[in-house]
Amino acid sequence: MKPVVEVENLSKLYRLGSIGATSLRETLERFTKRKHAAITTPTADAGSRAGAAPNTFWALRDVSFSVQPGAILGVVGRNGAGKSTLLKILSRITEPTSGRAVLRGRVVSLLEVGTGFHPELTGRENIFLNGTILGMKRTEIAAKFDEIVDFAEVGSFIDTPVKRYSSGMFVRLAFAVAAHLEPEILLIDEVLAVGDAGFQKKCLGKMGQVASEQGRTVFFVSHNMGAVRSLCDEAILIHDGRLTRRGTPDEIIRDYLAATVPGEAGGLAEITWSPNEAPGSEEITLARVRLTDESGDTLSVFEADKPITVAIDYVVQRRIQGMRFHVSLTTQEGEIAFVATDHLFQPESQDPGRYTTAGTIPGRLLNRRAYAVHVGCSIPGERWLVAEQDCLSLTISGAGNQASHFPESWPGVVCPVVEWSVTKMPEPVLLGATRR
Amino acid sequence: MADVTAKPGYEIVIEPSRGWLRIDWHALWEYRDLLVLLVQRDFISRYKQTLLGPLWHFLQPVMNAAVYFVIFGVIAGIKTDGLPPALFYLCSQLTWNYFAQNVNVGGATFINNAGLFGKVYFPRLLVPLSVVVANFIAVGLQCIPFVLCFGYFKFFTPAAADISVGWMALLAPLPLLQTALLSLGVSLWMSASTAKYRDLVHLNQYLIQLWMFATPVVWPLSQIPAQWKWIALANPMAVPVEGLRICLLGHGTLSATEVAVSVAVTLVVLVTGIAAFQKVERTVIDSV
Repeated sequence: MKPVVEVENLSKLYRLGSIGATSLRETLERFTKRKHAAITTPTADAGSRAGAAPNTFWALRDVSFSVQPGAILGVVGRNGAGKSTLLKILSRITEPTSGRAVLRGRVVSLLEVGTGFHPELTGRENIFLNGTILGMKRTEIAAKFDEIVDFAEVGSFIDTPVKRYSSGMFVRLAFAVAAHLEPEILLIDEVLAVGDAGFQKKCLGKMGQVASEQGRTVFFVSHNMGAVRSLCDEAILIHDGRLTRRGTPDEIIRDYLAATVPGEAGGLAEITWSPNEAPGSEEITLARVRLTDESGDTLSVFEADKPITVAIDYVVQRRIQGMRFHVSLTTQEGEIAFVATDHLFQPESQDPGRYTTAGTIPGRLLNRRAYAVHVGCSIPGERWLVAEQDCLSLTISGAGNQASHFPESWPGVVCPVVEWSVTKMPEPVLLGATRR
Repeated sequence: MADVTAKPGYEIVIEPSRGWLRIDWHALWEYRDLLVLLVQRDFISRYKQTLLGPLWHFLQPVMNAAVYFVIFGVIAGIKTDGLPPALFYLCSQLTWNYFAQNVNVGGATFINNAGLFGKVYFPRLLVPLSVVVANFIAVGLQCIPFVLCFGYFKFFTPAAADISVGWMALLAPLPLLQTALLSLGVSLWMSASTAKYRDLVHLNQYLIQLWMFATPVVWPLSQIPAQWKWIALANPMAVPVEGLRICLLGHGTLSATEVAVSVAVTLVVLVTGIAAFQKVERTVIDSV
């Protein structure tokens, strides 16, 4: 069978200076500078062809792979590794610098939910608009229309302008259109990071069903390792613009988390973002996340009986209401150990400014192993403000492990203190005494 | 349900593009439904929550004609080729307003759609094309005051003798078609330039205003001294504006050569506009 997607030596070079709007003046300046530079260093060009010239970087470098029809391929990698660039090239939003890709079939890319929704148009009009923007025919949408409305659970609001929708309804409708697309190749980037959990599950189920029953090919980029594991047949790992490994989701997730969560040696105890690269939204951005011990020192290796504090510094850009942070810990295999939230401790609303929220994980809870720490922020039932980020990693080691005094590795995601009592039963005195 | 699976021969090849002009007719045809919906969106969204809705198309040319009459007719004393001024101005506006509206909206394609273009692929040419089509519906509505005014002067006033309308009226779609093609070409050029240099947005708006005065909208070509006429005709919009008046009102001065030159310029602007637009669309997302 001919592969449905063939990618050969795909590369993409970005020029750093060109990101963001340019003005005429800048170009004129650059032009005069370039002329100047050309006069002083006439041989500079020879060196810049081989490697990356100054102010440029390879977002994607010589990536090659092919995919058979019906496969669900997970694309895994850290932020900025090149996953999104790959998807943007495959969905023809931007051109590669070199290399080539062949896609056999109709492609629909979902890099965002609700692309092209117009607030003034009704739900019905937006379903058609959004569907055709994503490449469907009007007749195809008409055939699926009732199914989409059912799935979105918007019911009688279908003829109301979407600007009057609650954000939950908006997201559901946008998802519903997406979930009912029937291209041969579907490219999905992190769109499942928004929306409430129940609906996410419904969408994942629908997409899995589309792939397995109808032989469509799905590319799935996500930081949600659970979703990658449950949905994908195969995965590729992208690191610094290169495809470093291809394998089963389990293998790739392990590799990915191993890079994120170094073994016994330690981990990443602190991450700081500069204002212009901070993850977040218009309302809120992250500034720093770190792990500290009781005395306030930043650490990544903790004794099993010591409490661990996760401190999140964030900047509220615009007044927000009903927001909460969540911190989740996952193992190297991608299992979620637990998710904690500061919801009950957050004030009802917050004005612009800098804040810190800190949560302390009690000692004697985690097992002796490595964990990745993910941080996200949302308005419950509505939307994500900061999509879940894999921020830090930590290792629990040393004595104080409750399960055993032996230095053996102990299975289990957590290892809480379980109160045991061992008592000797009194000898039975009467024959024929019955169990209580 | 599985009818979509593997259409044979449907293959998309992604590689760095070469050549300066390559129009993907196949993709444009595949996305024809989107063109219809973009037109519908433009039209509906423009009038939601307005009091008068599409009636604005009706009012705007009438109000403009009144202003032109006072400023250019009464104060500046510019002749209108022996035609009733109201009719003259309403007729000029059919082509000029169409042009100006197309360029105003279509000229900022990349800026207005940066969010959309960054998230989904479809042939980008559809956006300026949809603007031209949507505004054509507006031209149809603008025809109503023109036709009413035409009927009044033709049948109820002594000015009727000045209005000579004949078989030429059948050619009326041609100046409008040229306006559509030229405005598309100019929009594409403006979109390409504003994507790179935001400063030009402000310049463009100013340019369109100046352009109107350089075009025979409030004055007829016959008012230009013969030795300067070539300057007026260097403007490719002069021919469709004057041309429509010839078709509908029988007044105007154009030679076949002048028309041919104007059409040629229009086609050059359109083709180079498509090339410039395509050059920008390949990587615009990396910078907008």
